[in-house]
Amino acid sequence: MKKTHIIILIGIAGLIAGLISFSADFSTYDSIASAQKKQEKFVHIIAKLDKSQPVEYDPIKNPNYLIFHAVDSLGGKTKVIYHNSKPTDLEKSERLVLKGKMHQDYFECKDILLKCPSKYKDEKSTLEKNVNEQTESNSLNRP
Amino acid sequence: MNFEGEHLLIGQLGHFFVILAFVSSLISMISYFSASRQVDTIKKNNWLKFAGYSFMIQAASLAVIFGIVFFICKNHYYEYMYAYKHASKELESKYLLACIWEGQEGSFLLWSIWHGALGLIFILNKNQDRKNNWQAPVMTIISMAQFFLTLMILGVYVFDVKIGNSLFSLTRNEIAAPIFSQPNYLSFIKDGMGLNVLLRNYWMVIHPPVLFLGFASTIIPFAFAYAGLQTKKFGEWISPALPWALFCVAVLGVGIMMGGKWAYESLSFGGYWAWDPVENASLVPWLILIAGIHTMLIYRSTQNALRASYLFVILSFVFVLYSTFLTRTGILGDTSVHSFTEAGKAINIMIGIFVLSFAGPLLFLFFRNYKNIPAIAAEESTDSREFWMFIGSLVFFLSAIFIIVVTSIPVYNKTPFLKDLILKINGGQLAMPENAEFLYNKVMVMVAIIVGILTAIAQYFKYKKTPREFLLKKIIVPTVIAVLLTVVIAIVYPFEYNKNGPGFLGAIYLAFFASIYALVANAMYISTVLKNNLKFAGGSIAHLGFALMIAGMLISSSNKKVISDSSANGINLNMGVDPMTKQQDNPKENLTLIRQVPATMGDYKVSYLKDSAGNEKGRKFFLLQFDKKEKDKNKIVESFILQPDVYIMKDNNMSSNPDTKSYLTKDIFTYITYAINQEKNEDTASFKITEMKEGDTGFYSNGYFILNEVVKNPSNEKYQFRQNDLALMADITFYSKDSMRYRARPLIEVDSLGIVQVDDTVYAQNLFVKFSGVNDDRKVKIGIKESDSFIDFVTVKTFIFPYINLVWLGLIIMALGITTSMIHRAGFNKTQSTIALIFAIAGLFYMFLFAN
Repeated sequence: MKKTHIIILIGIAGLIAGLISFSADFSTYDSIASAQKKQEKFVHIIAKLDKSQPVEYDPIKNPNYLIFHAVDSLGGKTKVIYHNSKPTDLEKSERLVLKGKMHQDYFECKDILLKCPSKYKDEKSTLEKNVNEQTESNSLNRP
Repeated sequence: MNFEGEHLLIGQLGHFFVILAFVSSLISMISYFSASRQVDTIKKNNWLKFAGYSFMIQAASLAVIFGIVFFICKNHYYEYMYAYKHASKELESKYLLACIWEGQEGSFLLWSIWHGALGLIFILNKNQDRKNNWQAPVMTIISMAQFFLTLMILGVYVFDVKIGNSLFSLTRNEIAAPIFSQPNYLSFIKDGMGLNVLLRNYWMVIHPPVLFLGFASTIIPFAFAYAGLQTKKFGEWISPALPWALFCVAVLGVGIMMGGKWAYESLSFGGYWAWDPVENASLVPWLILIAGIHTMLIYRSTQNALRASYLFVILSFVFVLYSTFLTRTGILGDTSVHSFTEAGKAINIMIGIFVLSFAGPLLFLFFRNYKNIPAIAAEESTDSREFWMFIGSLVFFLSAIFIIVVTSIPVYNKTPFLKDLILKINGGQLAMPENAEFLYNKVMVMVAIIVGILTAIAQYFKYKKTPREFLLKKIIVPTVIAVLLTVVIAIVYPFEYNKNGPGFLGAIYLAFFASIYALVANAMYISTVLKNNLKFAGGSIAHLGFALMIAGMLISSSNKKVISDSSANGINLNMGVDPMTKQQDNPKENLTLIRQVPATMGDYKVSYLKDSAGNEKGRKFFLLQFDKKEKDKNKIVESFILQPDVYIMKDNNMSSNPDTKSYLTKDIFTYITYAINQEKNEDTASFKITEMKEGDTGFYSNGYFILNEVVKNPSNEKYQFRQNDLALMADITFYSKDSMRYRARPLIEVDSLGIVQVDDTVYAQNLFVKFSGVNDDRKVKIGIKESDSFIDFVTVKTFIFPYINLVWLGLIIMALGITTSMIHRAGFNKTQSTIALIFAIAGLFYMFLFAN
């Protein structure tokens, strides 16, 4: 390693670091309650679909308009609007990572990451459920 | 209890071979290590021989294990957990391999099989220098990796702690369910869970083996670096390691882009690269090893950059291990679309130990010997090739570090102390910014600019010192051509990526210029300096391919267009003000197509014709007709049908596969975003009967209809009747208020069983049309039912990717260039080179452009 190298290396690293710190607004993982405190700020919320409330989606009227309600583990609730098509696993998902901004009375979601049990083959509960479902039809034969 | 119908012997056999592989890898590791410490030649050779045999036993055992797992899955032995979890009877046989590497245990097996194969090649090579100097230390490292990988699939309990997950564990031992209390439980398990539908794909068969071969082969340069430190022959390992490093970047590069092609072609990610943590984790070792290859080349020619070579080669394998840690411990959980799960705490700890036991000692050895590694005190001059190559390597390395630093965000949130610091400063756990792609792109576009320009000019420099006149004379022509070419392209086909402001667009243009410059300069270097001697042009060919790939990426990403714009057609009229957000609704990317109602997408009129079932359960294809008309004329100039499909699973889940119409210059890419029709409303409407003669007019709520004619025993594209059948078809045209015309052809037939009516539908007008019968005075009874709910629709997203073929072509050229270079550096004879090249060319073209 020569002096020139070191200088250039530091220069490039500095440039990159500068670029990042200058313009990257790293976001946060928040609960619904804490997100409501920082309105209009881009946050990540980890929540669940609130199944007690209806999911509104009518692709014939507008395929880019979905309304549902989310609830998080601390009990916070919010209405969510998502300007995109409805992720088809939504009802089945176990956990949602909602990326977007909190407004006065709703959360405007830009992106949803779904965590679905169907993908988690490795989880024992899923496997157990599957075995039981499969054999339910034979339950009468059980001694 | 004795269970009926189980095949336990084969699993016990499998388990035996796992233990055999484990023990023999341990023995070969110890004996190779002993051999490497031995000075006495005879003793050394004895150790080597012994170690070689035990490595061979180990490699053969792995092959047998693979065979047994394959057999269990193929024969649906669901008493084995692995078969139950990953295989199913409906699975097409081509996916049998894919279901082996779907699971974590199977992919560890695949990885270790590649290590075994590479190790065997290394042992069986008759080269004396390699045998005497390098075999022992290199194979120590490979055997050590094998020890850890077989440990992961060992499945043995030591004091209640399970070491590794066995491929041969039994379903009844793994999960608790009432049926397992019955001896005949197997007769209840009708089928396995099968391969995840997302993974039922040609690429799932081919992408993992290639990617894992790439990962596996990074160990060899790493092992050579260890050998250099261990034998204190600090610089001599570079030459024998170089062809392996080239092999590795070729295979790993191809493997990574195969993943991209898969994502592009068959997953609904909408592109080939998304800066997903899993993609990044595979890219980082590749970038670092590219840096390593360049520093190794510098060392070969100038004795410079040896320390950097050590560092890069060591880190590339360390980052392969680190990416294993990221993707397999579930730590990426909330950040990746890939759903990787924890395989249990014990495995996580083992993966951690695996990573640390390679990274720790090697980095320790490296830094302890740092002072002893020879380095040239004098500084390289700025008019030497090595100087600029070194800068390029540094840029590659730093870009890799940048990517991994950002990708590791979820790790920081779980690191003690650091996590508290983050909470304090950031006000919450750290997460990616709103525009995560841009965070990567704005740095990588700079990297592309620097690397592109360096790739263009560095070769025109000579090692040590370059005469100024020579450089200027050679470089002026490609520079001028590249500038002109960029300007012409920018005028004819400008980039339209304004999302991140004019500054970024400018950077894209600069990067595009840099890639064109690299392309032209390398092409000219091959013809003017190398005189078209392709044997020595591997590097330039690879650079040319790389430049082409970058150019293709810039074009296809910058000018990617969504054409399924919901504002551009009559169905989804602009929604106006959103009732909730009180904001003007922008046109969005999804478009709902109602069956038989054409909609506008860009230059195309698109109609959803019909759906059809696929071979597999729950698979449904949607036929979308794309027509492009000449401007102001009615002539259709382009017409094709795309058939994106979905798997509809129980609980109304669906997984979507795109379909693409590929032209040389663009791809039209479409996939289904929503295809689940609501439960049909209870249809209360009834048929209203109109009696009419040919030529009569009837009415319905939205217009009128005319009975054109009644055809006896029709024979057309819809019905085929013969002369002596008894069938009548009514040919009816519907004229709706908005002056659209629709045709319906219901039919009535009398056969031996009675009267059969074949109704027709006009989806666009929600009409069911029935041929109800014939009146006494020869009038025809036509039944019309108007349903209030829409009947059939599908929501789609459609993109146009321009010039995406440049990406694949560039990749192929790059891989071939690296292969050429590898052949040259490994000193293959003519036959070997020809075979290797033909194999590479045929394989790459087949896999990327023709298969599937």
